[in-house]
Amino acid sequence: MNPSSPMSPSSPMSQQINLTVNGMTWPVAVETSRNLCSVLRTEIGLTGTKEGCDDCECGACMVLLDGQPINSCSYLAAQADGREITTVEGLADGDELHPLQRNILSAGGVQCGFCTPGMLMSAYALLDRNPEPSIEEIRIGLSGNLCRCTGYARILTAVHETAVELNGA
Amino acid sequence: MTLTIATSVDQAIALLASGARPIAGGTDLVVGARQGKAPLPDQLVAIDRIAELAELTSTDSETRIGAGVTHARLMTDGLIIERHTAIADAAALVGSPATRNVGTLGGNVMNGSPAMDTGAPLIVMGAEAELRSADGTRRVTMGDLWTGPGQISARDDELCTSLVIPAGGPGSGSAYVRLEYRRAMEIAVVGAAAAVTLSDGVLTSIRVALTAVAPVIIEIGDLDNLIGGAPDRALHGAVAAAARDQATPISDLRATDEYRRHTIGVMAARAVDAAARRAAGEQIPVPVNRSLGIGAAQ
Ligand SMILES: Cc1cc2nc3c(=O)[nH]c(=O)nc-3n(C[C@H](O)[C@H](O)[C@H](O)COP(=O)(O)OP(=O)(O)OC[C@H]3O[C@@H](n4cnc5c(N)ncnc54)[C@H](O)[C@@H]3O)c2cc1C
Ligand code: FES
Ligand code: FES
Repeated sequence: MNPSSPMSPSSPMSQQINLTVNGMTWPVAVETSRNLCSVLRTEIGLTGTKEGCDDCECGACMVLLDGQPINSCSYLAAQADGREITTVEGLADGDELHPLQRNILSAGGVQCGFCTPGMLMSAYALLDRNPEPSIEEIRIGLSGNLCRCTGYARILTAVHETAVELNGA
Repeated sequence: MTLTIATSVDQAIALLASGARPIAGGTDLVVGARQGKAPLPDQLVAIDRIAELAELTSTDSETRIGAGVTHARLMTDGLIIERHTAIADAAALVGSPATRNVGTLGGNVMNGSPAMDTGAPLIVMGAEAELRSADGTRRVTMGDLWTGPGQISARDDELCTSLVIPAGGPGSGSAYVRLEYRRAMEIAVVGAAAAVTLSDGVLTSIRVALTAVAPVIIEIGDLDNLIGGAPDRALHGAVAAAARDQATPISDLRATDEYRRHTIGVMAARAVDAAARRAAGEQIPVPVNRSLGIGAAQ
């Protein structure tokens, strides 16, 4: 569809948009005020992305928009029309976990798990733009993600280990 | 409610003329609406896919930063770091990587918060905002643009297309320092930007502006008597005193007026010191806040 067409004529309250999520394109009709997080979870059925604060503070809702992290709780779904979204469901390769996922598990960086999808997306984007981050750079990369359980040290370790692993491969 | 994704400035301006409001990164607009500050406008025009607004160009005499340039780009762009270091210092402090990826300079400026971080740097560099509407193009100084907390003099049908900044000659340096209680996802408690020029170790120009100590970002007046002096402790003391004198801070959840008045002097002195060191050729990485150790240590 034409990305600039403002709304579907059948429903004055909603707009017809196309969201490409983890490589698959979903035509969805959404109210303009809907946030991307809720559309991903309820319209597309991908509940890996979490809603924590719903206020752009915690990072549980982090997804990638054209490869860059955004807080999906505070991003209008309609503004993502025609763009590439990556959620935590897009990280694994079939049954094979992404090294970040494997390492965050083995390092003990997951307790309740609520922050984990957002952490993974921020970490994934960080390693994409900076394959060899220092610990300080990992801290900055994850600075929009809160974890109430782990104390962060194990998450930092997991990201660092992944960087070493991916660079060694 | 409708949202139209504009692909040209002309298209966006036509939509503004018919009552739509612009949305760039949405990090003020959408977050504010969700917090109940103001409802989302009924008609939105997304301006983040307009290529012209993402342009960053320079000549010998000026730099033109498109309103749609993001904080993530400002903090890493070589020209901005070289010529307009204080803007890079400020952009690097905004929110988190996610905020900086979508949050734009135009959105920061047009939101008009007295705590916005790019405001003081833009003032000390003598920036002007270029505003375009169906009626034509005009330029306003930052001082004329901001009229109160969250209030700007631009009309609703005007789109900010770029910020235009004089290049700054040899021997110039700038810095932006903010007091923060933590190192990310923070709002300035107070902040200060300084731009100075040195010639043979002597001050030939100085401008200082202050964040979050008045209803708008303010520039400290009457600093010309400091020209001709050295960038020494006496200068820092004089700037600190002027900052404390001219600030009119409020008390809120984040700090008392007294604490803000004290710390604005400290921040202004540090900004002048860092700007002068940069003017003298010292490389201080962006953001200068980190080398000053501001914000909680690990
Ligand atoms: C978690 C978080 C942390 C933050 N931290 C900081 C911080 O540390 N420092 C700071 O200064 N800010 C901070 N902010 C505020 C915000 O991110 C910035 O002000 C950002 O630059 C806004 O840009 P935007 O593109 O998202 O603006 P939007 O939200 O899209 O727009 C803001 C306003 O400006 C108008 N507008 C946008 N572009 C234009 C244009 N070109 N012409 C005319 N009007 C326009 C919009 O209509 C709206 O009224 C933070 C926000 C969040 C959510
Ligand atoms: S749910 Fe989006 S930042 Fe917390
Ligand atoms: S594991 Fe519980 S919030 Fe991070």
